[in-house]
Amino acid sequence: MNRVSLPNRSTTGVSSSAATAQFCGHCGEPSDGGADPTSDVHRRCGERLAMEPPRYCADCRRRMKVQVTPLGWSAECSRHGVLAP
Amino acid sequence: MTIQANIAESDKTSDETTPAAVPAAGTGTGYGILETARRQVLEDGIGLTQAQLEEVLRLPDEALPATLQLAHEVRLKHCGEDVEVEGIISIKTGGCPEDCHFCSQSGLFDSPVRGVWLDIPELVKAAKETAATGATEFCIVAAVRGPDIKLMNQIKFAIDRINEAVDINIACSLGMLTQRQVNQLAEWGVHRYNHNLETARSYFPEVVTTHSYEERLDTCNMVKAAGMELCCGALIGMGETLEQRAELAAQLAALEPHEVPLNFLNPRPGTPLENQGIMDGKDALRAIAAFRLAMPRTVLRYAGGRELTLGDLGTREGLLGGINAVIVGNYLTTLGRPATADLNLLVELNMPIKELQKTL
Ligand code: SF4
Ligand SMILES: [Zn+2]
Ligand SMILES: [Zn+2]
Repeated sequence: MNRVSLPNRSTTGVSSSAATAQFCGHCGEPSDGGADPTSDVHRRCGERLAMEPPRYCADCRRRMKVQVTPLGWSAECSRHGVLAP
Repeated sequence: MTIQANIAESDKTSDETTPAAVPAAGTGTGYGILETARRQVLEDGIGLTQAQLEEVLRLPDEALPATLQLAHEVRLKHCGEDVEVEGIISIKTGGCPEDCHFCSQSGLFDSPVRGVWLDIPELVKAAKETAATGATEFCIVAAVRGPDIKLMNQIKFAIDRINEAVDINIACSLGMLTQRQVNQLAEWGVHRYNHNLETARSYFPEVVTTHSYEERLDTCNMVKAAGMELCCGALIGMGETLEQRAELAAQLAALEPHEVPLNFLNPRPGTPLENQGIMDGKDALRAIAAFRLAMPRTVLRYAGGRELTLGDLGTREGLLGGINAVIVGNYLTTLGRPATADLNLLVELNMPIKELQKTL
Protein backbone atom coordinates (compact mmCIF):
# COMPACT_ATOMS: atom_id res chain seq x y z
CA MET A 1 0.00 0.00 0.00
CA ASN A 2 1.70 3.11 -1.20
CA ARG A 3 -0.72 5.87 -0.54
CA VAL A 4 -1.54 7.72 2.62
CA SER A 5 -3.98 5.63 4.54
CA LEU A 6 -7.38 7.14 5.22
CA PRO A 7 -10.42 5.59 6.81
CA ASN A 8 -13.27 4.76 4.46
CA ARG A 9 -15.95 7.32 3.91
CA SER A 10 -19.27 6.80 5.65
CA THR A 11 -22.41 6.21 3.69
CA THR A 12 -23.26 9.90 4.01
CA GLY A 13 -20.08 10.74 2.20
CA VAL A 14 -18.98 10.04 -1.30
CA SER A 15 -16.95 7.80 -3.41
CA SER A 16 -13.32 8.41 -2.62
CA SER A 17 -11.30 5.81 -0.75
CA ALA A 18 -7.73 5.44 0.43
CA ALA A 19 -6.81 3.91 -2.87
CA THR A 20 -7.73 7.07 -4.78
CA ALA A 21 -6.72 9.74 -2.27
CA GLN A 22 -5.31 12.79 -4.03
CA PHE A 23 -4.21 14.63 -0.91
CA CYS A 24 -2.82 13.66 2.47
CA GLY A 25 -5.47 13.98 5.18
CA HIS A 26 -2.89 15.10 7.71
CA CYS A 27 -0.75 17.69 5.92
CA GLY A 28 -2.91 18.45 2.89
CA GLU A 29 -0.05 18.01 0.42
CA PRO A 30 -0.51 15.84 -2.66
CA SER A 31 -0.37 12.17 -1.81
CA ASP A 32 2.35 9.97 -3.28
CA GLY A 33 0.32 8.92 -6.27
CA GLY A 34 1.54 5.39 -5.96
CA ALA A 35 5.20 6.16 -5.31
CA ASP A 36 7.15 3.23 -3.99
CA PRO A 37 8.53 3.48 -1.40
CA THR A 38 6.08 5.87 0.21
CA SER A 39 7.75 9.20 0.94
CA ASP A 40 9.00 9.64 4.48
CA VAL A 41 6.96 12.75 4.98
CA HIS A 42 3.66 10.99 4.34
CA ARG A 43 4.69 7.87 6.25
CA ARG A 44 4.84 10.09 9.33
CA CYS A 45 1.49 11.57 8.37
CA GLY A 46 0.07 8.06 8.15
CA GLU A 47 1.29 7.36 11.69
CA ARG A 48 -0.23 10.60 12.90
CA LEU A 49 -3.56 9.72 11.34
CA ALA A 50 -3.79 6.82 13.78
CA MET A 51 -3.77 9.39 16.58
CA GLU A 52 -5.81 12.22 15.12
CA PRO A 53 -8.58 12.68 12.61
CA PRO A 54 -7.75 13.87 9.10
CA ARG A 55 -7.95 17.64 8.69
CA TYR A 56 -7.86 17.88 4.89
CA CYS A 57 -10.23 16.33 2.39
CA ALA A 58 -8.40 13.66 0.41
CA ASP A 59 -10.31 14.63 -2.73
CA CYS A 60 -10.06 18.41 -2.81
CA ARG A 61 -7.70 19.46 0.00
CA ARG A 62 -10.33 21.65 1.65
CA ARG A 63 -9.92 21.94 5.40
CA MET A 64 -12.68 19.84 6.93
CA LYS A 65 -14.93 20.58 9.89
CA VAL A 66 -13.79 18.03 12.45
CA GLN A 67 -15.74 17.03 15.55
CA VAL A 68 -13.98 14.89 18.13
CA THR A 69 -15.99 13.25 20.92
CA PRO A 70 -14.67 10.99 23.69
CA LEU A 71 -15.51 7.85 21.74
CA GLY A 72 -15.56 8.97 18.13
CA TRP A 73 -14.94 11.63 15.51
CA SER A 74 -16.24 12.89 12.20
CA ALA A 75 -14.79 15.13 9.51
CA GLU A 76 -16.90 16.97 6.98
CA CYS A 77 -15.90 18.44 3.63
CA SER A 78 -18.43 20.94 2.33
CA ARG A 79 -18.04 19.41 -1.14
CA HIS A 80 -17.39 15.74 -0.47
CA GLY A 81 -19.40 14.84 2.60
CA VAL A 82 -18.71 13.26 5.96
CA LEU A 83 -15.83 11.01 6.85
CA ALA A 84 -16.04 8.87 10.00
CA PRO A 85 -14.00 6.00 11.43
CA MET B 1 -0.99 2.07 16.14
CA THR B 2 0.90 2.87 19.27
CA ILE B 3 4.17 4.70 19.42
CA GLN B 4 6.32 3.25 22.14
CA ALA B 5 8.43 5.72 24.01
CA ASN B 6 12.00 4.97 24.90
CA ILE B 7 11.33 3.68 28.38
CA ALA B 8 13.34 0.88 29.91
CA GLU B 9 11.38 -2.06 31.26
CA SER B 10 11.71 -2.23 35.02
CA ASP B 11 10.96 -4.99 37.51
CA LYS B 12 8.35 -2.80 39.09
CA THR B 13 6.04 -3.06 36.14
CA SER B 14 5.92 -6.81 36.01
CA ASP B 15 2.49 -8.41 35.69
CA GLU B 16 2.51 -9.50 39.32
CA THR B 17 2.69 -5.93 40.61
CA THR B 18 -0.53 -4.74 42.23
CA PRO B 19 -1.27 -1.59 44.21
CA ALA B 20 -1.66 -3.67 47.32
CA ALA B 21 1.74 -5.33 46.97
CA VAL B 22 4.19 -2.49 46.67
CA PRO B 23 7.49 -3.01 48.44
CA ALA B 24 8.90 -0.08 50.38
CA ALA B 25 10.70 2.44 48.22
CA GLY B 26 13.06 5.20 49.17
CA THR B 27 14.54 3.14 51.95
CA GLY B 28 18.16 2.30 51.44
CA THR B 29 18.07 3.63 47.89
CA GLY B 30 21.09 5.80 48.48
CA TYR B 31 19.21 8.83 47.19
CA GLY B 32 18.83 11.34 49.99
CA ILE B 33 15.90 13.15 48.43
CA LEU B 34 13.90 9.93 48.29
CA GLU B 35 14.64 9.25 51.97
CA THR B 36 13.46 12.77 52.77
CA ALA B 37 10.36 12.41 50.60
CA ARG B 38 9.48 9.15 52.31
CA ARG B 39 9.38 10.88 55.69
CA GLN B 40 8.02 14.24 54.62
CA VAL B 41 5.46 13.31 51.97
CA LEU B 42 4.52 9.70 52.61
CA GLU B 43 4.53 9.77 56.40
CA ASP B 44 3.68 13.40 57.16
CA GLY B 45 1.68 14.30 54.06
CA ILE B 46 3.68 17.46 53.35
CA GLY B 47 4.52 18.11 49.69
CA LEU B 48 8.09 18.69 48.56
CA THR B 49 9.33 22.25 48.08
CA GLN B 50 10.47 23.67 44.76
CA ALA B 51 14.13 23.04 45.62
CA GLN B 52 13.36 19.47 46.65
CA LEU B 53 11.37 18.90 43.46
CA GLU B 54 14.35 20.03 41.42
CA GLU B 55 16.37 17.30 43.12
CA VAL B 56 13.75 14.70 42.18
CA LEU B 57 13.72 15.86 38.56
CA ARG B 58 17.52 15.56 38.45
CA LEU B 59 17.66 11.98 39.75
CA PRO B 60 19.41 9.58 37.38
CA ASP B 61 17.53 7.00 35.33
CA GLU B 62 18.63 4.26 37.74
CA ALA B 63 16.58 5.96 40.47
CA LEU B 64 13.42 6.12 38.39
CA PRO B 65 11.84 2.82 39.53
CA ALA B 66 12.32 3.76 43.21
CA THR B 67 11.00 7.28 42.56
CA LEU B 68 7.86 6.01 40.85
CA GLN B 69 7.33 3.42 43.54
CA LEU B 70 7.49 6.02 46.28
CA ALA B 71 5.10 8.29 44.37
CA HIS B 72 2.74 5.34 44.01
CA GLU B 73 2.85 4.65 47.75
CA VAL B 74 2.11 8.33 48.40
CA ARG B 75 -0.87 8.20 46.07
CA LEU B 76 -2.21 5.01 47.71
CA LYS B 77 -1.81 6.35 51.23
CA HIS B 78 -3.19 9.85 50.65
CA CYS B 79 -5.70 9.33 47.80
CA GLY B 80 -6.58 5.64 47.91
CA GLU B 81 -6.61 3.06 45.17
CA ASP B 82 -9.54 4.49 43.14
CA VAL B 83 -8.94 5.99 39.72
CA GLU B 84 -11.16 8.85 38.55
CA VAL B 85 -12.26 8.55 34.93
CA GLU B 86 -13.33 11.55 32.87
CA GLY B 87 -14.40 12.32 29.32
CA ILE B 88 -13.78 15.72 27.74
CA ILE B 89 -15.50 17.33 24.79
CA SER B 90 -15.18 20.53 22.83
CA ILE B 91 -18.42 22.48 22.42
CA LYS B 92 -16.63 25.20 20.45
CA THR B 93 -13.47 24.27 18.60
CA GLY B 94 -10.90 26.58 17.01
CA GLY B 95 -10.90 30.28 16.26
CA CYS B 96 -9.66 31.33 19.70
CA PRO B 97 -8.29 34.90 19.85
CA GLU B 98 -5.51 33.94 22.28
CA ASP B 99 -1.98 32.94 21.25
CA CYS B 100 -1.00 30.01 23.49
CA HIS B 101 1.94 28.77 21.43
CA PHE B 102 1.13 25.09 21.88
CA CYS B 103 -2.50 25.30 20.83
CA SER B 104 -3.92 24.27 17.47
CA GLN B 105 -7.16 26.06 18.31
CA SER B 106 -5.71 29.56 18.29
CA GLY B 107 -7.09 31.54 15.40
CA LEU B 108 -3.79 33.43 15.21
CA PHE B 109 -1.80 30.52 13.80
CA ASP B 110 -1.90 28.75 10.46
CA SER B 111 -3.38 25.61 11.98
CA PRO B 112 -5.48 23.12 10.02
CA VAL B 113 -8.10 23.11 12.81
CA ARG B 114 -11.31 24.79 11.60
CA GLY B 115 -13.78 26.57 13.83
CA VAL B 116 -16.81 24.41 14.61
CA TRP B 117 -19.60 24.21 17.21
CA LEU B 118 -21.00 20.95 18.54
CA ASP B 119 -24.79 20.79 18.74
CA ILE B 120 -26.48 19.92 22.02
CA PRO B 121 -27.95 16.52 20.98
CA GLU B 122 -24.41 15.40 20.02
CA LEU B 123 -23.14 16.67 23.36
CA VAL B 124 -25.79 14.74 25.28
CA LYS B 125 -25.06 11.61 23.25
CA ALA B 126 -21.36 11.96 24.10
CA ALA B 127 -22.18 12.42 27.80
CA LYS B 128 -24.18 9.18 27.75
CA GLU B 129 -21.42 7.30 25.98
CA THR B 130 -18.87 8.67 28.44
CA ALA B 131 -20.95 7.63 31.45
CA ALA B 132 -21.30 4.14 29.98
CA THR B 133 -17.52 3.70 30.28
CA GLY B 134 -17.80 4.17 34.06
CA ALA B 135 -16.60 7.76 33.92
CA THR B 136 -17.93 10.09 36.62
CA GLU B 137 -16.77 13.36 35.06
CA PHE B 138 -17.76 15.02 31.81
CA CYS B 139 -15.93 18.23 31.00
CA ILE B 140 -17.32 20.68 28.43
CA VAL B 141 -14.57 22.79 26.88
CA ALA B 142 -14.68 25.88 24.66
CA ALA B 143 -11.77 27.49 22.80
CA VAL B 144 -12.37 31.06 23.92
CA ARG B 145 -10.62 33.79 25.91
CA GLY B 146 -13.71 33.78 28.10
CA PRO B 147 -17.37 33.00 27.55
CA ASP B 148 -19.81 35.52 26.05
CA ILE B 149 -23.54 35.53 26.70
CA LYS B 150 -24.24 33.20 23.77
CA LEU B 151 -21.82 30.60 25.09
CA MET B 152 -23.07 30.92 28.67
CA ASN B 153 -26.64 30.36 27.45
CA GLN B 154 -25.54 27.31 25.49
CA ILE B 155 -23.73 25.93 28.52
CA LYS B 156 -26.81 26.37 30.71
CA PHE B 157 -28.94 24.61 28.10
CA ALA B 158 -26.38 21.83 27.73
CA ILE B 159 -26.14 21.27 31.48
CA ASP B 160 -29.91 20.95 31.79
CA ARG B 161 -30.17 18.52 28.89
CA ILE B 162 -27.28 16.38 30.16
CA ASN B 163 -28.73 16.30 33.68
CA GLU B 164 -32.06 15.11 32.26
CA ALA B 165 -30.38 12.35 30.32
CA VAL B 166 -27.57 10.89 32.43
CA ASP B 167 -25.98 10.78 35.89
CA ILE B 168 -22.54 12.30 35.55
CA ASN B 169 -20.70 15.19 37.15
CA ILE B 170 -20.40 18.15 34.81
CA ALA B 171 -17.23 20.20 34.66
CA CYS B 172 -16.51 23.16 32.38
CA SER B 173 -13.47 24.81 30.85
CA LEU B 174 -14.45 28.10 29.24
CA GLY B 175 -11.40 30.28 29.70
CA MET B 176 -11.19 33.32 31.93
CA LEU B 177 -14.35 34.15 33.87
CA THR B 178 -15.91 37.21 35.45
CA GLN B 179 -17.18 36.93 39.01
CA ARG B 180 -20.73 36.91 37.66
CA GLN B 181 -19.95 33.99 35.36
CA VAL B 182 -18.28 32.08 38.19
CA ASN B 183 -21.41 32.55 40.29
CA GLN B 184 -23.67 31.45 37.44
CA LEU B 185 -21.71 28.26 36.78
CA ALA B 186 -21.71 27.38 40.48
CA GLU B 187 -25.46 28.02 40.63
CA TRP B 188 -26.06 25.79 37.61
CA GLY B 189 -24.36 22.88 39.35
CA VAL B 190 -20.99 22.86 37.60
CA HIS B 191 -19.02 21.05 40.25
CA ARG B 192 -15.52 21.52 38.84
CA TYR B 193 -13.94 24.17 36.64
CA ASN B 194 -10.78 23.68 34.61
CA HIS B 195 -8.37 26.52 34.07
CA ASN B 196 -4.74 25.58 33.61
CA LEU B 197 -1.60 27.40 34.64
CA GLU B 198 0.05 25.44 31.80
CA THR B 199 3.62 26.39 32.68
CA ALA B 200 5.76 28.11 35.31
CA ARG B 201 5.23 31.79 35.93
CA SER B 202 8.80 32.48 34.77
CA TYR B 203 8.22 30.71 31.43
CA PHE B 204 4.65 31.83 30.78
CA PRO B 205 5.57 34.96 28.74
CA GLU B 206 7.49 32.70 26.33
CA VAL B 207 4.34 30.71 25.67
CA VAL B 208 1.44 33.16 25.92
CA THR B 209 1.44 36.89 25.21
CA THR B 210 -2.27 37.72 24.94
CA HIS B 211 -3.04 37.31 28.62
CA SER B 212 -1.06 37.11 31.83
CA TYR B 213 -0.34 34.54 34.47
CA GLU B 214 -2.10 36.76 36.96
CA GLU B 215 -5.28 36.72 34.90
CA ARG B 216 -5.20 32.94 34.98
CA LEU B 217 -4.67 32.94 38.73
CA ASP B 218 -7.58 35.34 39.20
CA THR B 219 -10.02 32.91 37.56
CA CYS B 220 -8.60 30.00 39.55
CA ASN B 221 -9.02 31.85 42.82
CA MET B 222 -12.58 32.96 42.02
CA VAL B 223 -13.54 29.39 41.17
CA LYS B 224 -12.26 28.13 44.50
CA ALA B 225 -13.89 30.94 46.45
CA ALA B 226 -17.25 30.10 44.85
CA GLY B 227 -17.03 26.54 46.16
CA MET B 228 -16.39 24.79 42.85
CA GLU B 229 -13.57 22.29 42.67
CA LEU B 230 -10.61 23.75 40.84
CA CYS B 231 -8.99 21.67 38.11
CA CYS B 232 -5.74 23.38 37.22
CA GLY B 233 -3.34 21.71 34.86
CA ALA B 234 0.15 21.68 33.49
CA LEU B 235 1.60 21.21 30.03
CA ILE B 236 5.19 20.11 30.15
CA GLY B 237 7.78 19.54 27.46
CA MET B 238 7.43 23.02 25.93
CA GLY B 239 11.13 23.83 26.33
CA GLU B 240 10.98 24.81 29.98
CA THR B 241 13.98 23.98 32.15
CA LEU B 242 13.88 21.41 34.94
CA GLU B 243 13.94 24.31 37.39
CA GLN B 244 10.86 25.74 35.72
CA ARG B 245 9.15 22.36 35.80
CA ALA B 246 9.78 22.25 39.57
CA GLU B 247 8.60 25.86 39.81
CA LEU B 248 5.34 24.94 38.07
CA ALA B 249 4.71 21.99 40.39
CA ALA B 250 5.32 24.22 43.41
CA GLN B 251 3.08 26.97 42.03
CA LEU B 252 0.30 24.48 41.41
CA ALA B 253 0.73 23.04 44.90
CA ALA B 254 0.38 26.53 46.37
CA LEU B 255 -3.00 26.88 44.61
CA GLU B 256 -4.21 23.63 46.20
CA PRO B 257 -6.34 22.52 43.25
CA HIS B 258 -8.63 19.54 43.61
CA GLU B 259 -7.24 18.14 40.37
CA VAL B 260 -4.16 18.60 38.22
CA PRO B 261 -4.37 17.29 34.65
CA LEU B 262 -0.86 16.64 33.39
CA ASN B 263 -0.37 17.18 29.66
CA PHE B 264 2.74 16.45 27.60
CA LEU B 265 3.35 18.58 24.55
CA ASN B 266 2.07 17.07 21.33
CA PRO B 267 3.61 19.54 18.86
CA ARG B 268 0.80 20.71 16.61
CA PRO B 269 1.24 21.66 12.96
CA GLY B 270 1.16 25.40 12.36
CA THR B 271 1.76 26.41 15.97
CA PRO B 272 4.94 28.16 17.15
CA LEU B 273 5.89 24.96 19.02
CA GLU B 274 5.38 22.63 16.05
CA ASN B 275 9.10 21.87 15.85
CA GLN B 276 9.61 21.30 19.56
CA GLY B 277 10.75 17.69 20.00
CA ILE B 278 8.63 15.16 21.83
CA MET B 279 9.53 14.96 25.49
CA ASP B 280 11.70 12.08 26.66
CA GLY B 281 9.59 9.34 28.27
CA LYS B 282 11.78 9.04 31.36
CA ASP B 283 11.66 12.78 31.96
CA ALA B 284 7.89 12.56 31.70
CA LEU B 285 7.77 9.78 34.28
CA ARG B 286 10.07 11.71 36.63
CA ALA B 287 7.73 14.67 36.27
CA ILE B 288 4.70 12.52 37.14
CA ALA B 289 6.42 11.31 40.31
CA ALA B 290 7.57 14.83 41.18
CA PHE B 291 4.06 16.27 40.77
CA ARG B 292 2.71 13.55 43.07
CA LEU B 293 5.42 14.29 45.63
CA ALA B 294 4.51 17.99 45.41
CA MET B 295 0.78 17.33 45.84
CA PRO B 296 0.16 14.14 47.84
CA ARG B 297 -3.65 14.54 48.02
CA THR B 298 -4.51 16.02 44.62
CA VAL B 299 -6.22 14.11 41.82
CA LEU B 300 -3.36 13.79 39.31
CA ARG B 301 -4.79 13.04 35.91
CA TYR B 302 -3.21 11.74 32.74
CA ALA B 303 -4.24 14.20 30.05
CA GLY B 304 -3.12 14.95 26.49
CA GLY B 305 0.08 13.79 24.87
CA ARG B 306 0.73 10.67 26.93
CA GLU B 307 0.20 8.36 23.96
CA LEU B 308 2.99 10.09 22.07
CA THR B 309 5.35 10.67 24.99
CA LEU B 310 4.88 7.49 26.99
CA GLY B 311 3.19 4.87 24.82
CA ASP B 312 1.52 1.83 26.37
CA LEU B 313 4.35 0.88 28.71
CA GLY B 314 4.75 4.41 30.02
CA THR B 315 1.01 4.75 30.57
CA ARG B 316 1.20 1.75 32.85
CA GLU B 317 4.28 3.02 34.67
CA GLY B 318 2.63 6.38 35.33
CA LEU B 319 -0.42 4.70 36.84
CA LEU B 320 2.00 2.89 39.13
CA GLY B 321 3.93 6.10 39.76
CA GLY B 322 1.51 8.68 41.12
CA ILE B 323 -1.28 9.09 38.56
CA ASN B 324 -4.79 8.41 39.91
CA ALA B 325 -7.08 9.68 37.15
CA VAL B 326 -7.38 9.37 33.39
CA ILE B 327 -9.10 11.08 30.51
CA VAL B 328 -10.81 8.23 28.75
CA GLY B 329 -10.93 8.08 24.96
CA ASN B 330 -10.26 11.11 22.80
CA TYR B 331 -9.08 14.63 23.58
CA LEU B 332 -10.37 17.87 22.09
CA THR B 333 -8.73 17.71 18.68
CA THR B 334 -6.63 14.53 18.83
CA LEU B 335 -7.41 10.89 19.54
CA GLY B 336 -6.48 9.05 22.72
CA ARG B 337 -5.95 5.36 23.36
CA PRO B 338 -9.09 3.30 22.90
CA ALA B 339 -11.19 3.64 26.07
CA THR B 340 -11.16 -0.14 26.48
CA ALA B 341 -7.34 -0.18 26.59
CA ASP B 342 -7.27 2.10 29.63
CA LEU B 343 -10.24 0.43 31.33
CA ASN B 344 -8.70 -3.03 30.85
CA LEU B 345 -5.41 -1.75 32.23
CA LEU B 346 -7.16 -0.52 35.38
CA VAL B 347 -8.72 -3.97 35.84
CA GLU B 348 -5.33 -5.60 35.36
CA LEU B 349 -3.75 -3.27 37.93
CA ASN B 350 -6.58 -3.91 40.44
CA MET B 351 -7.43 -0.22 40.47
CA PRO B 352 -11.18 0.33 40.89
CA ILE B 353 -12.87 3.18 39.03
CA LYS B 354 -14.06 5.87 41.40
CA GLU B 355 -17.84 5.72 41.74
CA LEU B 356 -20.18 8.60 41.08
CA GLN B 357 -21.64 8.91 44.57
CA LYS B 358 -18.18 9.40 46.04
CA THR B 359 -17.69 12.58 44.04
CA LEU B 360 -21.05 14.18 44.82
S1 SF4 C 1 -6.99 30.13 25.45
FE1 SF4 C 1 -7.27 27.91 25.26
S2 SF4 C 1 -8.17 27.57 23.23
FE2 SF4 C 1 -7.37 29.66 23.27
S3 SF4 C 1 -5.30 29.49 22.38
FE3 SF4 C 1 -5.08 29.34 24.62
S4 SF4 C 1 -5.17 27.12 25.07
FE4 SF4 C 1 -5.95 27.42 22.96
ZN1 LIG D 1 1.12 14.16 4.63
ZN1 LIG E 1 -13.53 17.63 -0.39
